[in-house]
Parts: sequence; structure tokens; C-alpha cells
Amino acid sequence: MTSQVSSPAEQADGTVTGEQRKAAGAKDVRRLDRVIIRFAGDSGDGMQLTGDRFTSETASFGNDLSTLPNFPAEIRAPAGTLPGVSSFQLHFADHDILTPGDAPNVLVAMNPAALKANVGDLPRGAEIIVNTDEFTKRAMQKVGYTSSPLEDGSLDGYHLHPVPLTTLTVEALKEFDLTRKEAERSKNMFALGLLSWMYHRPTEGTEKFLTSKFAKKPDIAAANIAAFRAGWNFGETTEDFAVSYEIAPATTAFPVGTYRNISGNLALSYGLVAASRQSDLPLFLGSYPITPASDILHELSKHKNFGVRTFQAEDEIAGIGAALGAAFGGSLAVTTTSGPGVALKSETIGLAVSLELPLLVIDIQRGGPSTGLPTKTEQADLLQAMYGRNGEAPLPVIAPRTPADCFDAALEAARIALTYRTPVMLLSDGYLANGSEPWRIPELDELPDLRVQFTQGPNHTLADGSEVFWPYKRDPQTLARPWAIPGTPGLEHRIGGIEKQDGTGNISYDPANHDFMVRIRQAKIDGVDVPDIEVDDPHGARTLVLGWGSTYGPITAAVRRLRTAGESIAQAHLRHLNPFPKNLGAVLKAYDKVVIPEMNLGQLATLVRAKYLVDAHSYNQVNGMPFKAEQLATALKEAIDG
Amino acid sequence: MAETTTEGTGTIEALSLVPKAEARQSMKDFKSDQEVRWCPGCGDYAILAAVQGFMPELGLAKENIVFVSGIGCSSRFPYYMNTYGMHSIHGRAPAIATGLASSRRDLSVWVVTGDGDALSIGGNHLIHALRRNVNLKILLFNNRIYGLTKGQYSPTSEVGKITKSTPMGSLDAPFNPVSLALGAEASFVARTIDSDRKHLTEVLRQAAAHPGTALIEIYQNCNIFNDGAFEALKDKQSAQEAVIRLEHGRPIRFGADNSRGVVRDRATGDLRVVTVTADNEADILVHDAHAASPTTAFALSRLADPDTLHHTPIGVLRSVERPVYDAQMADQLDTAIEQKGKGDLAALLAGGDTWTVLG
Repeated sequence: MTSQVSSPAEQADGTVTGEQRKAAGAKDVRRLDRVIIRFAGDSGDGMQLTGDRFTSETASFGNDLSTLPNFPAEIRAPAGTLPGVSSFQLHFADHDILTPGDAPNVLVAMNPAALKANVGDLPRGAEIIVNTDEFTKRAMQKVGYTSSPLEDGSLDGYHLHPVPLTTLTVEALKEFDLTRKEAERSKNMFALGLLSWMYHRPTEGTEKFLTSKFAKKPDIAAANIAAFRAGWNFGETTEDFAVSYEIAPATTAFPVGTYRNISGNLALSYGLVAASRQSDLPLFLGSYPITPASDILHELSKHKNFGVRTFQAEDEIAGIGAALGAAFGGSLAVTTTSGPGVALKSETIGLAVSLELPLLVIDIQRGGPSTGLPTKTEQADLLQAMYGRNGEAPLPVIAPRTPADCFDAALEAARIALTYRTPVMLLSDGYLANGSEPWRIPELDELPDLRVQFTQGPNHTLADGSEVFWPYKRDPQTLARPWAIPGTPGLEHRIGGIEKQDGTGNISYDPANHDFMVRIRQAKIDGVDVPDIEVDDPHGARTLVLGWGSTYGPITAAVRRLRTAGESIAQAHLRHLNPFPKNLGAVLKAYDKVVIPEMNLGQLATLVRAKYLVDAHSYNQVNGMPFKAEQLATALKEAIDG
Repeated sequence: MAETTTEGTGTIEALSLVPKAEARQSMKDFKSDQEVRWCPGCGDYAILAAVQGFMPELGLAKENIVFVSGIGCSSRFPYYMNTYGMHSIHGRAPAIATGLASSRRDLSVWVVTGDGDALSIGGNHLIHALRRNVNLKILLFNNRIYGLTKGQYSPTSEVGKITKSTPMGSLDAPFNPVSLALGAEASFVARTIDSDRKHLTEVLRQAAAHPGTALIEIYQNCNIFNDGAFEALKDKQSAQEAVIRLEHGRPIRFGADNSRGVVRDRATGDLRVVTVTADNEADILVHDAHAASPTTAFALSRLADPDTLHHTPIGVLRSVERPVYDAQMADQLDTAIEQKGKGDLAALLAGGDTWTVLG
């Protein structure tokens, strides 16, 4: 056993336990219930691609899975250095899992830097596959190894597999007309082949992928496939790898349905396309490239045949400006960005609040402040989303909880924006954006009906009996104003950021009117219909853990561990941050203690304490990485005992 | 002011996707019920009247016309037009209008902006709208001063301008908006003057007919904070030497009895003003607004002296056809449907690699 402690659901590890049998060959095959693998190398080594491919193989095999890509902001950081290390962690299992895992059972280290940067995360007994070709004296010195860790005994507690990956790859490709340097570049595919053999992954998908990725360079495609197969065959034949592992598909963990693997940004993109179809409105995205949101711009740009217009603007402000212009014209308008972009868009978000037009503002949060940590995750934009505008400028805020949930969150954001004629902030983050998990593909008839009615005629009768259109005459239920788009005869009207007279929308500096308008804009948002928060509390606990956004996986995994260990703890997770669910106050007051783990310094806790006068305890981590379940379980245990 | 009634010709290709008005329109149809709140004597009144007077000529359904503005005195303009309108935020009107125009090709979209709005805080959006060539008509009211914030110098103020924020004189060199627009790849650039309604209307006419972004710089008098800024161009006497009226296909001549003209300096290639004589008459430059290269238009824009305004060209400096952004964006959507078929959401969600869990 490794040092990992886990619930039955997350108990087994990738090392030694499990039923054994002999494969057709001479090698042992062991059955495991879950494994955590981390691929690590230089930023140029193709580790993200390798991880993606292993994930796809694993998804198509039917395991439950969760991934954690982790890479530097530099495209090609200095080779062989610690800051240049890029890694991809994948947790897969024959049962329902929630996180990418705390500690890898297997590390693939492509160079000394990758070993040094990651070995500290490994439990004793973990397997380490190293590319020995890269362990030259110079490369080791570069990262501070004075002696070779492969020989000095420092890795004695691990199961080390020294493999000359580069040499083997070059050897395997000698029939190809490639330079040594070109051949070496396929070493990640060799490693992928080896790991695919070790874990009995299906290989057709990767071969198909390589063929289509390099369709214009068939030689390169063939070389990569050859390297991939060579890696597989190496595992099959070499004596160093005596055992391979089976992890059965997670058939019982999933409800009936058709599944695929999906990342948060892809799910979000699909959610937007689906919202366009369900609302019968053309989708317009105004955006400026920014990590980690750009993939949504890339993805939506591929779907012009859905009537999707994507506009890469000159800056963040123009991105949201163009979206707002399209919203005025009757599009389902979206802008995508990260925290620094939200800061630039703030004035236009305020205008959208004042104009009361539907607009989706998607913030894929990253480490801040300022440029911060572009490729790392954080959830520290909550207060910016809530309050980061001049004047009283309330807007609804929602957050997805898992990568696949980004699909539903996009639809929910669209529902609120269209129903209430308001900008809506959706707070995803880098972990959700790039992480992936299986997703049950919904049937189209399961999707919500988001159709809207544009105003077609006058909505008000003046004292003299004449029929007129008042752009700020509100729906009595939702307090939404009418959406009358250009091209509608007789409804010509002017709107703007200056305070408007209630009803007519004409410019008004009247003090009482301003007071009224400020309050009614607030009342509209406060009145947004959001479902009650559900509490998971099977044992009548005294302590509640409350979360929001991407902490759902780690919190739920920690709660499982605690309950397995006999502790009582209740769990609730917020999708709607503004307005809060109506029952939230009562839920919080029903517990002696409320703990709120966040990847910030306590932003939700601040909101909850201010609104409900509840002495909520904050548990915080802002290191650019998601919480680990083990660490959270310990913190929650202390809260229960404290 | 006389109210004109004109019937739309309905022949302008650039507006072919915009529905036509069903009935004859008059200037009155374009006046909103809002009280106009500019200072008495402001040049904006004359521009408003000229635009309201010109609109019936286009014969467009007025519900398909949108005016978008930023912030500043001129940006109140949309409130006074009985069309759709948005008074947005400082400098952003070109960006907002770009989203509207590129998603709604059945609209005639006009941007109203000022020298501070377009050239200071919104400079980036202006140049990018021009290079993209979105179907927008941008009316840039240039009064060379900040009016709404009560009289600070603007990015078009002459060097040494004494204002509240520059008691010892402004230091920064001004933009020449026409030069800037030409440098930003604008396909249509014109300049006109608030007080010359006939000229202003003719420029509007040509701009409306232009497919793509049109930038019209309108010299506008702020009688409160910068009164008489364009007097050199308005006073009958001084205007003779100051104003160069450009007409496509006509020799560029001006001054009393057309005694002055523009010629190309053979040594430098630059343009200069000469007194026309029998010897040089044949060398007088003939204005070609449709020239593929913007070089001569740029040289013309540099003739004006930023201090005295002498040799200020007005009229259409450049009008060339090039691909229009919103048309190309729509074409890409059509092409995508031709190539891949109309989007099938179920197929998109399913993607390639799926697996099925059975009950």
C-alpha cells in the first residue's frame, strides 16, 4: 500500500494489491480499481498531448477519470529547467471518482528536471519511469543534482524503471528518413505506447488521431505511429516491466447513457452552442485571446455552420463592446475572458447592467492579481464579479462545479440572462477549463427551452389613449424590461448609460427616480429564480462544509473519506453566487459550524458572513493548484473536532 | 430651417440589404420627441439638422437605422434621432457598432463621436473599425476641445493651447484625423464643416453609398469653449485661401478666381500649393478619390497648417472599394454550411469517441 488513505471508493492504489492472472504471454496481469499517472517533461516534450491521448484511450475504454494538466505560462521555457516542467496527471478507475488524485502512483519523468519537480509528490512505493538518455551530468547539474538520483540510492523507496526512451525511439525510427532530432521528437509517443501497454489501453484511437493530425505529413504520422507501437512492444518484451495492469470499465458508476470525455472549456463551448439553439438566437462571441479562456474562442470559431459569429477584437473592451452591440441587435451575446480581462470590461458590464440587455460574461479564473499565474487555477474573482463596477451594478453570478458541468452552467447563465435581460457572470477556472472527465451526452429533448419573445408592438397607453412603446416598462413578475430589437417598426427607441426615467427610458436626473431605479435594478437581480441549495447530510452532522465552483471534486472526495472514517459532516455546494438560493440562510443556521474551503483568501466566506451573520470559517489555499482531498479531509476533521 | 421631403432612390448598393421605407419620409420623421439640450449656438444643431434632412433621401425604413454614440456633447445625438439608438460609454461606440453591424446586415449603422471620444479614449477602436471595414458610417465631430468636461484641450487642439488643464499651453502635437484614418487603412475618408449644409449633405450622401466604414470628420464649432476655431474656414474672405474643395476628377484649385492650385513637387513627390500660371496650369493635380494608393490622399491631408488651418482640404479624400467585414463574416457562415451542412447539435455533442453504459 502507498501512503494514500482513502474511502472504499478511492481506496485501492496502483501498486501491488489485486487479483493476479497470467496473460497470454509470460507476464503477470494484475487487476486494480484505480491508478494515478503523471506524465512530466519539458514544455516542448509534448506531455500535454501525451496526457490527452492517454485520457482519450482511457475514456473510450469506459473508466471514470479526472485530469489535471499543469504547465508553465511560457510556450517554450528554458529546456531542462524546473520552471520549464510541464505535467499532466490522470486519475482513472473502475468506479466513480471525483478528483485527479492527490499523489501519483506512476510518474513518467522525461528528464532530471521533471523528476526533481515531481518526485516530492510521490508516495513511497510508486513507480517511476525515467528517460535515462536525458540524465547526463550537465542536465542533472542544471537542476541541482550533485549525484545521479538513478544511482545514488535516493530513489530506493520507489520502484524505478530506467528506460533509454530517446535511444529506443531513434532506433525504432531508423528506417524512416528523419534526422536524429526529428526522430527524438517522437519519444513521447514511445512513452505513451509503453504506458498504454502497461494499462491495457485501446490503441486504435491514438493511431487514428496521429494519422489525422499529421494528414499533411504522412511520414511524420507513420513515424509517430511506429514510435507508439515500439513503446507498446517494448513493454511486452522487456523484462523490466514484468507486470501489466487492468482497470475494469466503471460500468456501475455511471447512469445509463452514452458518454464521452470532455474538458471544461469544450463543455462550456458546447453549452453556448446549445443555448443558441434552445433560444433560437444566433450566437455572437466577442473575445480577445487570454489564457485560460482562448480555447472557447477557438472552439466556437469552428462552428460557423451553427450560425455562430466569432469576433476576435482589438482588445478586451472591444470584445465585450461588440457582444453588447450584438445583444442590442438580438443575438445571444457572449464575451469570454479571464480575470484581467474582466477588469478591463468592467465599464461595459456596467453599461449592460444599465441597458438591461442579456449578455454572458465568461470568466475563466486564473491566479492573480494582475497577470498573476496565467496557467494556474484560482477562484479569487468572486468579489470582482460581485462588486467590480462603479455604482450599484448588481448582476447574477453562477459557477460550474466540474468540467462537464460547464455545459449545464452555460445553459443556466443563458436562461438567467435572457429571462431577466441582464449580464450574467459565469465563473469557471483554469482547473475546470483544462481538466476533463466523462460526460453523459444529453438528449436534445432534455435541454431547457430558452426561447424569448422580442417585443413587437406598443406596451403602454398614455393618458390621452395613445399607444406607445416604453423601453423601461417592466414585466411585473421578472422585472425584466422589454427587448425590442432594431428592425421592429414603431418601437424606435434610444437607450444609454445615463440614468433613465422609469418606464419611458428618457434621460432623468431626478433624485427620487434614481433612487427608485437603483433599487429596482437590485430587486430584479435579487428576484432571479434560483433553485434551493441541496444539502447532503446522511447522518445529521453538526458541521457543514460549503463550497462553490471547482472545489466540488476535492471537497466531495474529502467528505467521503471522513464519512468512511466514521465522521459526520454535511456538504452543500453553490451554483448560484448571486443571488444566493433562498434557503441558504436557513441551511447555514442549522449547523453549529460552517467551513468554507476556497482557492482564495475567503471571498465566499466574506459574502456569507455579511449576508447571514454566520460565523463561517474559511479554509484557504492559493498556490495555483486545486485542493488535495487528503489535505482537505484533515482540515475538515480539525473543524469537526475543534 | 426648411424641411425637405425627398423620396428615396432605393438604388444604393451598399444599403441593398436594408429594408426600404413604405411611405415618403420627411425630416420630421427623424426628429425624436426629446428636447435638444446642446448649448444655444452649438455647431451640433446644424449637423443634426443636416442629418435629419438627409435621411429621407436614403428612403430606408427608419426602424432599420441605428445611431450609436460614445460620451461627449456630440454623443447625445442619438437621443434626438427618431431611429433606434444607443448612447454608450466613452470611446467604445465603434466597437459596439461593429458587433451590431456585423450581426445585423439589414441595418444602417451610424456612429456619432467627437475628437476626444474617437481619438483619445477610443482611438484603438476607431483605427480597428477602419482597418476592418465594417459597414459603419462614423461622424466625427471635431471641435478641437473637450466640451462636456468644460474646456480641456483635446487630441486635435493646436500645440500651445491654453486651457484649464494647460495654463502654460498644451505640449502634445495634435492628430490630423484624416491622416490618421488614411494610415489606418480607411476605405472612405472625408472632411466637411458644420456650417456648410450643402457640402455636409453631399459628403453624407457619398458616405452612405460607400460599402464599408466611412469616416467623416466634421469641423464643428464649440461656441462656449473654443469659439471661432474654424473661423478661418468660414469667413468668406479668409476661406478663399484656407479651404481647398476637393471634387473627384477635377483639378485641385482654390483661392480668389481659382488662382491657386496643388501640384506635385517633382523632386520630393510631395504636394505643394502654387499660384496658377499659364506655365504650370497643366501640372495642377486632378483629384482622384478612387486611387488605389492612399499616398496622394495622405499628402493632401498634410497640406493644412494645424495652426492657421490654411490649405485645409474638404470633401472626399479617399473612397475605394475593398472587402467589407460583415459581408465576409456572413460569407464564411454560408461557406461553413455549404461545406459541413447546417449545424447538427446532437452530432456535435456526441463527437467522435463515445462509449455507452447499458442498464
